[in-house]
Amino acid sequence: MHWFELFFGAMLVNNIVLARFLGVCPFLGVSSRMGTARGMGLAVIFVITLASSMTWLVYYGILEPLGITYLSTMAFILVIAAVVQFVEIVMKKLWPALYRSLGIFLPLITTNCAVLGVAVLNVREGFGFVESLVHSVGTASGFMLALILFAGLRERMAEAAHDVPEALRGLPLSLVTAGLMALAFMGFQGIF
Amino acid sequence: MESLLYPMIALGGLGLAFGLLLSFASRKFAVPVDPKVAAVRALLPGANCGACGFEGCDIYAENVAAGKAETNRCPVGGGELAAALAAVMGTEAEVQEKKVASVRCRTSCERGIEAYIYQGIRDCRKATVLPGGGPNACSYSCLGFGTCIPACAFGALSVQDGVIVVDRHLCVGCGKCVEACPRGVLEMIPVSQPVRLACNNADKGVQVREVCPEGCIGCGLCAKVCEAKAIEMRNNLPVIDGSLCVGCGKCVEKCPVKAIVVTPAGEEKTGAGGE
Repeated sequence: MHWFELFFGAMLVNNIVLARFLGVCPFLGVSSRMGTARGMGLAVIFVITLASSMTWLVYYGILEPLGITYLSTMAFILVIAAVVQFVEIVMKKLWPALYRSLGIFLPLITTNCAVLGVAVLNVREGFGFVESLVHSVGTASGFMLALILFAGLRERMAEAAHDVPEALRGLPLSLVTAGLMALAFMGFQGIF
Repeated sequence: MESLLYPMIALGGLGLAFGLLLSFASRKFAVPVDPKVAAVRALLPGANCGACGFEGCDIYAENVAAGKAETNRCPVGGGELAAALAAVMGTEAEVQEKKVASVRCRTSCERGIEAYIYQGIRDCRKATVLPGGGPNACSYSCLGFGTCIPACAFGALSVQDGVIVVDRHLCVGCGKCVEACPRGVLEMIPVSQPVRLACNNADKGVQVREVCPEGCIGCGLCAKVCEAKAIEMRNNLPVIDGSLCVGCGKCVEKCPVKAIVVTPAGEEKTGAGGE
C-alpha cells in the first residue's frame, strides 16, 4: 500500500504540472499535437527516472559525507546535464531507433525544471533509493498524463478555433484550459 | 579551510569526471555521418513541409544521401533543386514540372443554393458528416470553412466570398491542402496548364442544374471542340491533360456554364482575360 500511495500520490495528487506547477513550459510548448506530446512524455519518464537515481547516488555518496549538501542544486544541474548528454551520445550509437523516436526532446529536457524538481523533492522527503525511483516514475507519469490530456483538449479546440473570441485565441485559451485542468486535479487532494 | 576545500574538490571533481566521460563517449560512440547528408541538406529549402513524403528536410536529406529516395521529390525546390541534388549525388536528374493547387469550385454561398442553414462548428470535416454532406445543396462543392488553410505552411490559401482561393505566387505545390480537403475539391495541376476545370460536380446535367447555376453539366462540348484531344469526359466531368493542351481557349468559349477557366499561364498564351 505504501508503494501504491507513493506512486499515485506523485502522479495524481501532487501532479508535477497541475499541483506543483513545475515544467509548465514544455506543458504549453509541446502539447499542440498528440504525437509530439506522447514523445515528450516518454522522454520525460526516461530522463527523470535516470536523473533521479543518479542524483540520489551523488547526494548520498558525495555531498552528504562531505557535509556540503547546500550545494545540492548546483551538483544536480551538473549531474542531470551530463547524464542526458551521455545518454544521448550512447543511444545514438547503440539504439538509433529509440534515439529517433525520442528525437529533439532529449536535449530539450536537460534544462527542464521538472527533472531538477523531482531530484530535489526526493532528497527533501528523505526517500530511500527504491522509494525515490518509484516517486520519480510516478511524477513523470503524472507529467505525461497531464500532457496527453491537455494535447487532446487542444486538438479539439484547434478544430473549433472559429468559435473562440479573437482575444482568447491561441495561448490565452490554453492558459485558461490549463487552469481549469489544475482545478479538476485538485479533486484528487486528500484521497490518500 | 575545509569548508572551502571540500566543495571545490567535490564539484570540481564531478565536473572533471563528467567532462572526461563525455569526451571519451563522444570519441568511443561517434556515429560516422555521410558528408553527402550535410551537402544535400544545405541545398534543401528547409520548410519541413513534408511534401516529399518524409518527416522533414533532414530525414529526406538522409534518404537521398543513402540513395533510398529520388532527387526530384521536393516540390518546393522544383526542377532546379532536383538537378542540384542530382549533381551532388552524381546521378541524372529526373525533372518534374512544378505544380500548383487548383480549386474545382467557384460558386460562393451567396450565388449557390444552400440546402439548410448551418450553425455548427465552422470546420469542413465536421460539416461533411451531416446529411447531404454539408449545408451546400451541391454535395461536391467547396464549403468555404477553410479547413485546408491551416494545412498550407506557405499561406497560399484564403477564403473569398465563401470559396477557397489559391495564391499561385505563394503555392509551392506540396499538395497538403489536397489531403486536408474532405470533399476532394482541390487538385494539383501543372503550373503551365493554360485552362482548368472549376467544378467538381460529377452528377448528370439536370441534377447539377438544380443545385448550382455555374456547375458543369457534363455536356461534353469542350471535349468535342478540343483539337489537341486534351480533354476527355470521365464521370460527367472533363479531364484536362495539361501536357496536350495548347491553350487555344476554344473550350472556355464553348462551355455553356463557363466551368472551364483560363489560368494565369493560359492568359499569356491566348491573350484572353483569365482569372
